[in-house]
Amino acid sequence: MRALKSFALLRESTPGMVGAGLVLFWVIVAILAPLIAPFDPLATLQPMAKPGTVYAQGGTFWLGTDHLGRDILSRIMYGSQTVLFYAPLATLCAYTLGIMMGLAAGYHLGWWDIVLSRISDIILSFPVLVLYIIIIATIGSSGINIIIAITFASAPGIMRIVRGLVLDLRNRDYVAAAQTRGESSMFIMLVEILPNARGPLIVDACLRLGYVIITIGVLGFLGLGLPPPDPDWGGMINETRKMAMIFPHMTVFPVLAISSLILGFNLLADGLREVSLRD
Amino acid sequence: MMILISKRIGFLVLTMLVVSVLLFLLLEYSPGSVATKVLGPYSSEESRELWLERHGYFEPLWWRYGAWLGNFMSGEFGDSVRFKVPVSEILWPRLWNTAILGFWTFAIMIPLSLILGVLAGMREGSKLDRIISVSSIITTSIPEFASTVLLSAIFVFGLKWLPGTSSMSSGFEVKQMILPVMVLIIYDFGYVARMTRASMAEVMTSHYIRSAVLKGLPYRQVILKHALRNALIAPFTVIMLQINWLLSGVIVVEFFFAYKGFGALLLEASLNQDLYVIEACAMVAVFVAVASQTIADIGYTYLNPRIRFS
Repeated sequence: MRALKSFALLRESTPGMVGAGLVLFWVIVAILAPLIAPFDPLATLQPMAKPGTVYAQGGTFWLGTDHLGRDILSRIMYGSQTVLFYAPLATLCAYTLGIMMGLAAGYHLGWWDIVLSRISDIILSFPVLVLYIIIIATIGSSGINIIIAITFASAPGIMRIVRGLVLDLRNRDYVAAAQTRGESSMFIMLVEILPNARGPLIVDACLRLGYVIITIGVLGFLGLGLPPPDPDWGGMINETRKMAMIFPHMTVFPVLAISSLILGFNLLADGLREVSLRD
Repeated sequence: MMILISKRIGFLVLTMLVVSVLLFLLLEYSPGSVATKVLGPYSSEESRELWLERHGYFEPLWWRYGAWLGNFMSGEFGDSVRFKVPVSEILWPRLWNTAILGFWTFAIMIPLSLILGVLAGMREGSKLDRIISVSSIITTSIPEFASTVLLSAIFVFGLKWLPGTSSMSSGFEVKQMILPVMVLIIYDFGYVARMTRASMAEVMTSHYIRSAVLKGLPYRQVILKHALRNALIAPFTVIMLQINWLLSGVIVVEFFFAYKGFGALLLEASLNQDLYVIEACAMVAVFVAVASQTIADIGYTYLNPRIRFS
């Protein structure tokens, strides 16, 4: 209930509301993309049209077209589907693994803790992008592999947070009560401890979603992202950046799209933290 | 203190060993694919066999790892498949270029973010604090690859003040450094500034600051003599950890501006499956990251009297 209350209290934080608005905007765009996109995002229509050009066969390229003649507005709209599908999915996978590791390390302590903490320390000592590049270069770039790489690289960070929270919660009375009742440690971890740790985890999840969106964008930008032709914001920027001198619209609009979504998650996280600290 | 230092250095060595095993297994586990990568996909079966024989790839795995590690420690990283020269010949100049980039980034970012953080944290909730906090959230939200594009749209294509590539092909040029350094600073300073702000704000609520104010010391003296000393301990660690972030950032920036640095080398090597270059770059990157973390930990204990004397 406290999590719900935080969302209700969010109204008191202006940055938080702006963030929620930005995120909501892109979620709606992603859901409605097939209805509101003016053109097929993959169709070659009229190469290198400037923003506002009227298409001979009806319709207007509000944001222009790219070097292959695809409508940029439609590609950005469909691109939001791609990013809002992969980013939450990858974050969810990372959280599932990270929470399991953190619960096991924080609740059982002893060997579990030593082994899991050491593994995390080592993974976390990699510069993130170096880790991603090595993983993707080895296993190849595809949607699933990007999710695997993100899960592998982010789970240790989540594990650390969860472990810290569990260390605090494991000595509470209700945990002792459950232990006396003879509940299994699985039950205690998932039903007694985890729900009480969710506050800080929700804030972290918003921040982490922002990072994951950056990661997916960076991988696309470096040519290691989702294979074309599916519209992917990072890939759109990479494909057109060499023409940015003559046709800045091709790169600038996808950049604005991705930056606004990341900003949305960061502001949302900031607002949630501010509100949760208040009570 | 000595125990702590030796513990941290022990962890550094252990991490490097584990990372080396992981990298070795990941990249060299199957000799067949190593030969294909080195000799190319159109090499004949016999030539691959010969190559593997000559380079000792038919020995057992642990033996190969030992030999690899031994060579690695003595600076023998193998030959680059793509450039056909020893890896160390390419790696060190590239690393030096990245060090120059990193030096200028830090030289500007650290004073900037500390000053902004202290100004914001001095009076929590003031208008200045709001402005600094919000703008540092916004700048950290714009990923490096986005700000490279936006900044070059403004300074290269719009105003035509700065060059769009920084390949330094005709000698070192300060003009070519401006944009890469700017992008890295914009992305990084916000985080350090926010950490400094949090630390400063916490110190400002402490009892000894209140008593300093109450006994009538001038505000400037309270800040400079009493607050700053304690407030700047935590940002020290954060700044050292920024080196880890910077290693990621340089990959994007060097790729975009065609700067001949270490990050671009790692990326090119990965895209071309240039095995020995990937291994050497990854080891160097992890070493720099872990070493800076070790220095951060040791330095923090040294700076913080509460830990130093306990």
